[in-house]
Amino acid sequence: MRFENMMRRMAIAALSVVALVSCREDEHIVPSTPSDIDDPSKSPVYGFYLLNEGNMGSNKATLDYFDATKGRYHKNIYAERNPGVVKELGDVGNDIKIYGNKLYAVINCSHFVEVMDARTAKHIDIISIPNCRYITFKDRYAYVSSYAGPVQIDPNARLGYVAKIDTATLQVVGQCDVGYQPEEMAIVGDKLYVANSGGYRVPNYDHTVSVIDLNTFEVTKTIDVAINLHRLKADKYGQLWVSSRGDYYEVPSRTFVIDSKTDEVTDEFKLLPCSNMTICGDSLYMYSTEWNYNTQKNTISYAMVNVKSKKILTRHFITDGTDKEIIIPYGIAVHPFTREIYVTDAKDYVTPGTLYCFNPDGTKKWQVETGDIPAHMAFMRQPVEGFDE
Amino acid sequence: MKLGVSHKFTIVALVTILLSLAPCGAGAQEKRDLSKTQHIDSVLVVARVRPEKVIPAQVLCGKELQRLNAHSVADAIRYFSGVQIKDYGGIGGLKTINVRGMGTQHVGVFYDGIQLGNAQNGQIDLGKYSLDNMAAVTLYNGQKSSGVQSAKDYASASAVYLEARRPQFEDGKRHNLKFTFKTGSFGLANPSFLYEQKIGERMSNSLNAEFLYTTGRYKFSYVKADGYDTTAVRRNGDVRALRIENGLFGRVKNGGWRAKVYFYNSERGYPGAFVREEPGKFKHEDRQWDTNFFVQGSYNKKPTEHYRFSVNAKYAYDYLHYLSDPRLDVTTMYVNNHYYQQELYLSASHEVQLRRWWDVNLATDFQYNTLDADLVNFAYPSRFTMLGALATSMHFKHLKMQGSLLYTFVDDFTESAGAAAGNKHVFTPTFVAQYTPFEEIDLSVRAFYKRIFRMPTLNDLYYTFIGNKYLKPEYTTQYNVGVTYEKNWRHTALRHLDVSLDAYYNEVEDKIIAMPTSNQFQWTMVNLGYVEIRGVDAVLNTGFKFGRVGVDCRLTYTYQKAQDYTDKTSKYYGDQIPYIPWHSGSAVVGLNYRGWSLDYSFIYTGERYESVANIPENHALSWYTSDLALSKAFRIRESQLKVTAEVNNLLNQQYEVVQCYPMPGTNVKFIISWIL
Repeated sequence: MRFENMMRRMAIAALSVVALVSCREDEHIVPSTPSDIDDPSKSPVYGFYLLNEGNMGSNKATLDYFDATKGRYHKNIYAERNPGVVKELGDVGNDIKIYGNKLYAVINCSHFVEVMDARTAKHIDIISIPNCRYITFKDRYAYVSSYAGPVQIDPNARLGYVAKIDTATLQVVGQCDVGYQPEEMAIVGDKLYVANSGGYRVPNYDHTVSVIDLNTFEVTKTIDVAINLHRLKADKYGQLWVSSRGDYYEVPSRTFVIDSKTDEVTDEFKLLPCSNMTICGDSLYMYSTEWNYNTQKNTISYAMVNVKSKKILTRHFITDGTDKEIIIPYGIAVHPFTREIYVTDAKDYVTPGTLYCFNPDGTKKWQVETGDIPAHMAFMRQPVEGFDE
Repeated sequence: MKLGVSHKFTIVALVTILLSLAPCGAGAQEKRDLSKTQHIDSVLVVARVRPEKVIPAQVLCGKELQRLNAHSVADAIRYFSGVQIKDYGGIGGLKTINVRGMGTQHVGVFYDGIQLGNAQNGQIDLGKYSLDNMAAVTLYNGQKSSGVQSAKDYASASAVYLEARRPQFEDGKRHNLKFTFKTGSFGLANPSFLYEQKIGERMSNSLNAEFLYTTGRYKFSYVKADGYDTTAVRRNGDVRALRIENGLFGRVKNGGWRAKVYFYNSERGYPGAFVREEPGKFKHEDRQWDTNFFVQGSYNKKPTEHYRFSVNAKYAYDYLHYLSDPRLDVTTMYVNNHYYQQELYLSASHEVQLRRWWDVNLATDFQYNTLDADLVNFAYPSRFTMLGALATSMHFKHLKMQGSLLYTFVDDFTESAGAAAGNKHVFTPTFVAQYTPFEEIDLSVRAFYKRIFRMPTLNDLYYTFIGNKYLKPEYTTQYNVGVTYEKNWRHTALRHLDVSLDAYYNEVEDKIIAMPTSNQFQWTMVNLGYVEIRGVDAVLNTGFKFGRVGVDCRLTYTYQKAQDYTDKTSKYYGDQIPYIPWHSGSAVVGLNYRGWSLDYSFIYTGERYESVANIPENHALSWYTSDLALSKAFRIRESQLKVTAEVNNLLNQQYEVVQCYPMPGTNVKFIISWIL
């Protein structure tokens, strides 16, 4: 039967396929993606770095750079500029700052601060700090908050700490225990303020800001504010703006003000939920993505506050309706000269996000695709090399 | 559909273990009809139920299973078409199955005919199920269609049936005893024993115990052609596991029964994702302890010529303890959670033959699940499930048709008022048809349609901070058309050939996905996803005989286009879903000569993406592994000794199945087994 003969031949042909072994291709470093998104402009700010967090456990923290002098956005530049660094930038980029000529990226779940040359984004060294969260600077020292303090008798009651790093040697030179799961920090004069969240101690959240005297590097005061603190920013009047995330059930997110002269809470904004904020001059820009387990919904809001008068200037600093396109606002920054507002959208956290640039009047100027979970930005006041072609 | 009428249940009686060279699918001369050979007492055999061709099904059994160099059920299932295994690497790494792109939770896994449950997260770690005493592993797309079956058999989009070995005795023998010891890479020490005993003429007992220890250590490399090249060692992947199973098997007039007690206890390390870190600085010491216990029984009887029934019952207890301790690993936060699950299951099914060509099956199942855990604000959920299935099948000369309707009722309870999800009543249908145009040629055309859903798991609904009680069930709809052909020869070199080719289209609606809330560390579950999957499954089995050399060959190929159509506004709308390669396949070739056998197995997984966005950052290279095994059986007086040496991943390919979870390179295993 012809059909059977055909089947028989097919079987034999299939057998010989088994012997066939093709060559596996090489794996390459993923190159950066440039895109022209704006007209070239000149200001003391040459551009900014943007750190994408990347989803936990995926090792997908990436670094982007916006070159304002050419109006060009470069997505994912770290791997290309550091092909010899094993496993690229790391897992969950949680903070980025420029100090001197160096760029510091806090890589939370890789447990170190990546130190780069700010002018090239090339790797210099790492500073190993387990479960590190945020970074701030004064004089020759960097200060990094970490969840991973000493373990007491009860492993659940584990304080966090602030590490002191000599920026000349990149060595940890001191450690000061603070509250539970410390987050953002700010320095006013010789005092460092750190917001303690206690987010891992549900329902026993921490509710304090620890004050560290930088001369002795010891906690001198603990200020009772509200549960689950997160953000902490200093304005030019010596005031500290602190956000409480609430408990996601009954206690809503709120914003507080601490006077650094008295180290007392002076103001409470009950109707000002806050997930993230940035201060530019007298203006404080904030957004809130407030999750509630009872309603199973996110409530997103924006606000702009005058830090001097403590008046809410507007609840809509995005004026052209673009805010409706932003699914999860996740990062915010304001250009110190042009006052352009940058807001990132983390979307579903597992696909590339979007960076929006708004004119000072709140209308959209441009938008660009970023890495996964775009979150933290640092403005560059020097040119960055290596983008000529 | 009658047993023995349609030659549906054929069993492959392997020759004595000494001469156990014949693969279970090869050669019609080895097949026997179960109804005609009620007493298979001549040889020590591996019994097997061959699946019907009316629905796409693939089976690996006996010798075929042994030749795969596989530790666990998960390793074996990789050789099925249409299947992707998610493997976190090493012997201890979680291994779950995804059939035709619909997701792990749509696959029912049955052990000796009764479903293995996990109400907590709906996924079964197939890496925990040993092949040591497994007689057959069968995968059904759609549903099994074998007459009298429980409602659960209709209740998942696809199903894997694990069948433990039934005791069989040679003439005059009343005991079988088998010792096996496996060792090799990863510090493996894996002894097991099997004791089978005949109790009277109608009853037998099988006791099987296995211990497994592995350090789980292996080297792996990450190499970029234009960048870094690093080698590291996977640590904290150790496993210690003990499994004890006892089965009782009995025959009654026109029926039979069986009962089983299963106990599994393990401790394992969680090596975690391999992400960038200061090399060698931190130890990761997360650990997990599991205890799984179940006792189950089945009874079936055919009291009259036209009526059959079957009853099943099961009680299961599952315990899980997870510990992450900052005193051992400075980077971690303290997690010390205990989970306790219990399940009670009862099922009764009846089959009535109305006409010679017309059967009706009615099945009702009841199930009760509880979950207890030491989590803050925990809801302490329990779930009552009732399933009712009405199925009918008609078989004519050239045409077989089946239709079934499944009714599912689910009601959840929680300790705190108002926390429970509302109850659900759902009807879901299935239609199956097979057309066999010729009498002399074993060629059939088949098709099925099935709509089914999975309930949100108790974790999806109630896990503190993540669960969402408003979740709806997640639905799948499957359409399949296929063709099968089989032929056996007696005197040519090619002895056996069977091929099947199926094309399908699936939809997953209201897909339950994790969605972030206000930050990275808090997620919730939502019904958001919509996925369309188009695919082709092809399977070819052949057997050759060249003089005294027997060659068996099995090839599979899978094409899947699984597209995410969740968000129209997304730039990545319509992209391939994560971890589903467009092309994948496998090949197994076995050579037998006298007591020798040489087996080669090959797995290919094509390029795919590790996330929803199909961009270079998420691209994963294709990988393929080649495994080789050589074994020889000796007869020592009345006993048989078999020695096997395996080399796995011959080309030392470095790859990941799951992002940041490296797989082992070349590794070896030695097996010695002694049958008394």
